[in-house]
Amino acid sequence: MEELIVCGGCNAKIGAGNLGKLLRDLPKCTGERLLVGFDSADDAAVIQLTEDLAIIQTVDFFPAMVTDPYLFGKIAAANALSDVYAMGGTVLSALNIVAFPEEDDFSILHEILRGGAEKVKEAGGMLSGGHSIHDRTVKYGLAVNGTVHPDRILRNDTCCEGDHLILTKPLGVSIITIGYSAGEISRESFDEATQSMEMLNKYAMDIIRRFDVTSCTDVTGFGLCGHLHEMLHGAYSAYIDTRRLPYFEEAYEGAKKFVLTAGGQRNRNFLEKIVAFRLADFGIEEIVFDPQTSGGLLVSVPPSQAETLLRELTGSGIRAADIGCITVKEEKEIIIY
Amino acid sequence: MFTVDALGKACPLPVIETRKALQQHNAVTTIVDNKIATENLKKMADQLGYAYAMTEESAVHYTVVITKTGDPADAVEVSAVKPEKEADEYVVIINSPAMGVGDENFSRSLLKTFIYTLTEQDVLPKQIVFYNGGVPCVTEDSESLEDLKKLASHGVEIYACGACLNYYGLTDKVAVGEITNMYRIIEIMRTAYRIVRP
Repeated sequence: MEELIVCGGCNAKIGAGNLGKLLRDLPKCTGERLLVGFDSADDAAVIQLTEDLAIIQTVDFFPAMVTDPYLFGKIAAANALSDVYAMGGTVLSALNIVAFPEEDDFSILHEILRGGAEKVKEAGGMLSGGHSIHDRTVKYGLAVNGTVHPDRILRNDTCCEGDHLILTKPLGVSIITIGYSAGEISRESFDEATQSMEMLNKYAMDIIRRFDVTSCTDVTGFGLCGHLHEMLHGAYSAYIDTRRLPYFEEAYEGAKKFVLTAGGQRNRNFLEKIVAFRLADFGIEEIVFDPQTSGGLLVSVPPSQAETLLRELTGSGIRAADIGCITVKEEKEIIIY
Repeated sequence: MFTVDALGKACPLPVIETRKALQQHNAVTTIVDNKIATENLKKMADQLGYAYAMTEESAVHYTVVITKTGDPADAVEVSAVKPEKEADEYVVIINSPAMGVGDENFSRSLLKTFIYTLTEQDVLPKQIVFYNGGVPCVTEDSESLEDLKKLASHGVEIYACGACLNYYGLTDKVAVGEITNMYRIIEIMRTAYRIVRP
């Protein structure tokens, strides 16, 4: 089969620091109906339509992070759809976004689109069109619409002191996919990571919805620390217990033999001032800064419900873990121990 | 100094290639085209306790020099990284005073160049075995003696066939490596992951 050149995933995302500066002085759109917009660093925009209905809008696309076009299509779509789940919503419809080289074999593009279409269908959404252009490298993603009740929106910056933090997928997918391309990671670990990436966050959200979670986000390009930083929004600190942190074993071993990614270093540059490591473990440091493509949901939940939520998630085959808790603001925002 | 040219290569390749080069060399220069790659190289150097120096030639050209320092604690760190992939392993067999078939003087000079070029490889051979017409290479009159000593000093095991040295009257003149027997030669050849012959 024809293969893709690998160079992307969420590792290709523009660093959070640069993005913040870039957006600061753009004209701001405000209005009562814009429930979640630019002024927060949330996963998607939410616009109120009626008293009991809001629409979630999000877009995500990136270069390939795996050589198999069908797999790339599935992962890119799962990643784009995830933002709707991160807001607590349900997928309504999606449009393809495609960049494809003029001289390449269109059967590759067909495979990408097939993977994407399957995931939109699995999500219960209508794939209803798209836009494609010619470009030097392949890029694929979706613009997605979702729906949510305005009172049931799960924002990413509404956590409370004492909440437990639950993460629903293991970390380390960039180290695994990039390390696999460089011949440093086994096929078994690569398959394990891509299975995790193509899994929809729908299944985790279907369970999470039934609990009184206080906030929710999905862990993608900015890594665990980056998205947790958004969740804490300068108001709280969080303690992360590395003994319970879910990650791919070979990602940890890869980091220790210096499979170091550019995206991971960009995240470290942006976040290292606010993160305190209470343990000397270079592998763990790389894992918590590792950019995730189609990563898991990160939710904050009152301690009284944490155990039941975790049991239900793991009971449905989701590799979730209770990774720590929210505390009052301390000098360092994220404490890894 | 050994140089890794990583211009145009995305992370993690500059780091991985530098890590491999550091297994064979005490100091490695790496040229990269972005700042993030220099930061990743520094992380590796810090973890290994190696000295790191960076020069920014331009926004798209950075020179990094990583040097192993003399601290004995480093030795442990290096061996922790050392598990070389078996796929990189190879054994070189030299059984003639010449490389290939052609003009005699030219073929001899080719073999000399071959041995010199071995010293420049990113991955050095695990072992080099000399037998029959190849054994003069390891003696004191050999033109390749310096290159072979250099390889030996980087951990390459060099073996010469004892019966062959004896037959050609060179046993007293061996200047590098170890004298071995047919039993060991066969064992090396049958367990080698890959055999390279000039």
